[in-house]
Amino acid sequence: MKDKSPLHFFEYKTLFNVLLVLLVLTGITVGASFVDLGSLNVWIALIIASIKASFVLLFFMHMKYEGRVLVFSFLGTIFFLGIMISFTFWDVAFR
Amino acid sequence: MSSQTDESGKKLGMWLFLYTEIILFGGLFVLYAVYFARYTGDFIEGGKELNRLFGIVNTVILLISSFSVAASITAIQKKEKTRALAGLISALLCGLIFLVNKYIEWGHKIDHGIFPNSEKLIEGPPGQNIFFGLYYVITGLHGIHIIIGMTLLFISLVFVQTKTVTHTRFAFLENSGLYWHLVDLIWIFIFPLFYLII
Repeated sequence: MKDKSPLHFFEYKTLFNVLLVLLVLTGITVGASFVDLGSLNVWIALIIASIKASFVLLFFMHMKYEGRVLVFSFLGTIFFLGIMISFTFWDVAFR
Repeated sequence: MSSQTDESGKKLGMWLFLYTEIILFGGLFVLYAVYFARYTGDFIEGGKELNRLFGIVNTVILLISSFSVAASITAIQKKEKTRALAGLISALLCGLIFLVNKYIEWGHKIDHGIFPNSEKLIEGPPGQNIFFGLYYVITGLHGIHIIIGMTLLFISLVFVQTKTVTHTRFAFLENSGLYWHLVDLIWIFIFPLFYLII
């Protein structure tokens, strides 16, 4: 085996820290839901959920050290998801 | 060297499947978003019927289970078989607790006459009917994913024990882990949308 082995992993400590961050963010999103900010509430919840999702993707799902193929295909999926969401809303809004 | 390309090919295949899962749940979230925009008041009333505590506990459980699976993949690469097994067992227990919580939660709702096609929902405001319809479809589909994920994790557990999965060949464990994390990822969005709207 060459040095460029497929073995790359995060240490337990890194993973545990990510867990702590995720738990703190869960606390923040619960806390934020008690404050009535009108329609802003949904956006705050979605932003915090996206940050949490990014942590899961980057560390637990190892996206941080994946190659271009996975990174770009993933971003492509999110792009098309974005198209699906925005086109649906255009359709509904101007009906 | 040949086994290395093989492993990354398996992972790519898994990711391609996960993309279809993202679009599947994405479609349901679009449905949620459109009806939320139309029946905001009813959705908020519906959300108040859901017990936050169940949502919070299940979120924490799934996060811990995701950590356990990630730690188990680290462990297998470090040739620490016992830790890898412990991680998987812990994740399986978390999955089980999640399902028990879901069972209790759904049971409560059904006892209160809130279930698809129930009189209370049909005669109540239309937005609430849609909210709970989406609640059952999305959390139900997610629950099925939990069961599939637990099956995959259990098979991984057996494979680690029988040394079919080792520090050089762990694609099955890694792919099961990816699936499990995706299930967690989807819950991260379900949780605020159903339990935390005010």
